[in-house]
Amino acid sequence: MTQPSQQHYRRPPWVLLLPAVIGIAYLFLPLIGLLIKAPWSTLGARLTEPGALTALRLSLITATITTAVCLLVGVPVAFVLARTRFPGQRLVRALVTLPLVLPPVVGGVALFTAFGRRGFVGVLLDRWFGIQLPFTTAAVVMSQTFVALPFLVIAVEGALRGMDTRFEEAAATLGASRWTAFRRITLPLVGPGVAAGSVLCWARALGEFGATITFAGNFPGTTQTMPLQVYLTLQNDPDGAILLSLILVAVCITVLVSLRGRWIGAV
Amino acid sequence: MSLHARLVVDRGRFRLDLPLDVAAGEVVALLGPNGSGKTTALRALAGLITLSGGSIDLDGTEIARAGHGLPPERRRVGVVFQDYLLFPHLSALENVAFGPRSAGASRAVARDRAAQWLARMGLADIAANKPGRLSGGQAQRVALARALVTNPRLLLLDEPLAALDAGTRLSVRGDLRRHLAAFDGATVIVTHDSLDAMVLADRIVVIEAGHPVQDGSPAEIVRRPRTEYVARLAGLNLYRGNADADGHVMLADGGRLTVDDRVAGDVFVAFPPSAVAVHRERPSGSPRNVWEVTVVGVEAHGERVRVELTGVPPVAAEITTGAAAELDLLPGTTVWVAVKATETHAYPA
Repeated sequence: MTQPSQQHYRRPPWVLLLPAVIGIAYLFLPLIGLLIKAPWSTLGARLTEPGALTALRLSLITATITTAVCLLVGVPVAFVLARTRFPGQRLVRALVTLPLVLPPVVGGVALFTAFGRRGFVGVLLDRWFGIQLPFTTAAVVMSQTFVALPFLVIAVEGALRGMDTRFEEAAATLGASRWTAFRRITLPLVGPGVAAGSVLCWARALGEFGATITFAGNFPGTTQTMPLQVYLTLQNDPDGAILLSLILVAVCITVLVSLRGRWIGAV
Repeated sequence: MSLHARLVVDRGRFRLDLPLDVAAGEVVALLGPNGSGKTTALRALAGLITLSGGSIDLDGTEIARAGHGLPPERRRVGVVFQDYLLFPHLSALENVAFGPRSAGASRAVARDRAAQWLARMGLADIAANKPGRLSGGQAQRVALARALVTNPRLLLLDEPLAALDAGTRLSVRGDLRRHLAAFDGATVIVTHDSLDAMVLADRIVVIEAGHPVQDGSPAEIVRRPRTEYVARLAGLNLYRGNADADGHVMLADGGRLTVDDRVAGDVFVAFPPSAVAVHRERPSGSPRNVWEVTVVGVEAHGERVRVELTGVPPVAAEITTGAAAELDLLPGTTVWVAVKATETHAYPA
C-alpha cells in the first residue's frame, strides 16, 4: 500500500484542459454571485429577526430524519438487490431508481394519490388510526424519502457488489449467523459506501422542493423548508432569498468538509 | 473426530466424485492441478456449496447429503482460506475472537481465548495490528488461530502457503506442520504444490478431473507415481507398458525399455531425469537403453540443466551446465540418450 510521495503529473491536453476549466468556472461563478450580491450590511439584523432560522432548523431536522429512514429501509433494499435473485428483480431495480429521473412534482402528486386523505392508503390510515399525513412534517419527510432513497440504495448496492463475498463465507465458517455476518462483517466493509450514500441522500433531502411543496404544502414552522422559503422570499425580497441561499450553501459546505476524509475519502 | 465422505458435485460438464476418509489427527492433502476439483471438494466440506450426491459424515453424524446439509455456521468446520480472508477492519485479536463471539461467548471471554491462541502462535505482540499491517507469515498464523479457536471438528486449509514468498514459505511450512500435528481433529489440505503436500500431510490423495487417481503416503506417491501429473510433480520420467519375464517392457505409447525389476504384465516404469545420460554420438558400451531423440527445450535450474527431449519414447534429462555447454544443445539438435536398467524402477500398474 505504498504510494509514491512525489508523483510527476503531465499537463493534460488542451482539448481536455479547456473544457475542464470552463466546467469548473461554471460551477463556481453562481456561488461567487451569491457572495457579491449578499446583503452584507443588513446581515446581522436579518439573522436575528424572529423566525429567520425556523425554516433552516426544519430543513436540517427533516433531512436528518429522512437520512435515518433511508438507512433503515435503503440498506436492506440494497442488500436484497445485490445478494439475492428473485423473479422480477430487474423491474424492482428499475422502480427503485425511478425517482431519480422522475420530476419531483410528479413524485409529490403520486404520494398524494397513495397517502393523501383520499389516497388509497391514506383512506385506510384515516379510517383505522385517524392519521392524516398531507401537510404535516411527516409528509415533508415522506417527500424527501421518496426522492432521496434511490441515492442511498444505489451507493450501497454498488458497495455490496464490489465487496468480496468470501468474507461473509469466512464469517459463516467461524460460526456466525447470517445476521451476525451482516452486522459485524458486511456492514463495516461497505461502510464507506453507506457513508457516501448517506451524504448524497441527506443533501438531496435538504434540497428537496417539488415533492415537498406538492405533498406537504408550505406552512411556516411545520412544512416550509429552506428551499421553499428561498423560492417564496425571492418573489418580494430578492436580498433575503440570496441570504437564505448563502446560508444553505454554507451549511452544505460545512457538512461536506467535516465529513470528508473521515468517511468519504472514497466518494 | 473423523471424516467419512463421498463428495459428488455436478457443475455443468464437470463432475467431482471423490471418496474421502480422514481419521482423527490425520492430515490428508488433496493434491491436483488447477481445475481438478480440489477447491470444490473443500467448499463442499465447508458447506459453502451443496452436494449433488454422496454424503459427509463427521464423527459418525451425517452433516450433508445430496441437496441438503447443515449451513457452514453450524458445521464446526474450520477453514483457512487461500488468501486468509482476515477481516480487514478488525485487529488480529478481534479476528481470532470473532468465532468465540459468534458462538455466544462474552466479549471478555472471547478476547481472552483469542489472546491465548495468538500467544501460542507467537503473535502476542501483533495482536492489536490490523491485517493490512501483518506480514504474509503472520497473517497465515492469525488465520490458523482464527480457525482453531472455534474447536473445529474438521480443519480445512486451501493452498495454505500459496500467498507467501519463497523465503517465508520454508519457515511457515515448518510451523504449520507443528501446529497441525497438535490438532486432534481431521485435517484436509488442498494444494497444487507437491512439496507442501509432502511436508504437511500424512497421506496424499491425488485428484485429476474430479476423480481420485492415487492415494498413499508421500513416500509412496513419489516412488511410484501412477499418472503423468504425479510423475511430473515428483520430477520423474514415467511410462506405462507391458513387461515380459526378462525385464523387457514394450511401452504403451511406443518404444521399449529394459528394466532390472522382474515384474511381468502391465507395469509403470519410472526413473529420474538425472539417470539419463546425453551424448552427441551413439554411445557404445554397457547401457541397455539407448535411443535417438531431438531437443525441444532447455531450462536452467541453478547448477543443473533440464533438457526436454522428444523421441520414442520422449524423455527429460538433467545434466550439469558444463555438460550442456559442451553438448551445445539447441532446440532441434539430435542427440542420443542412455539409461541404465539399474536406474529404472518398475512396478505393477
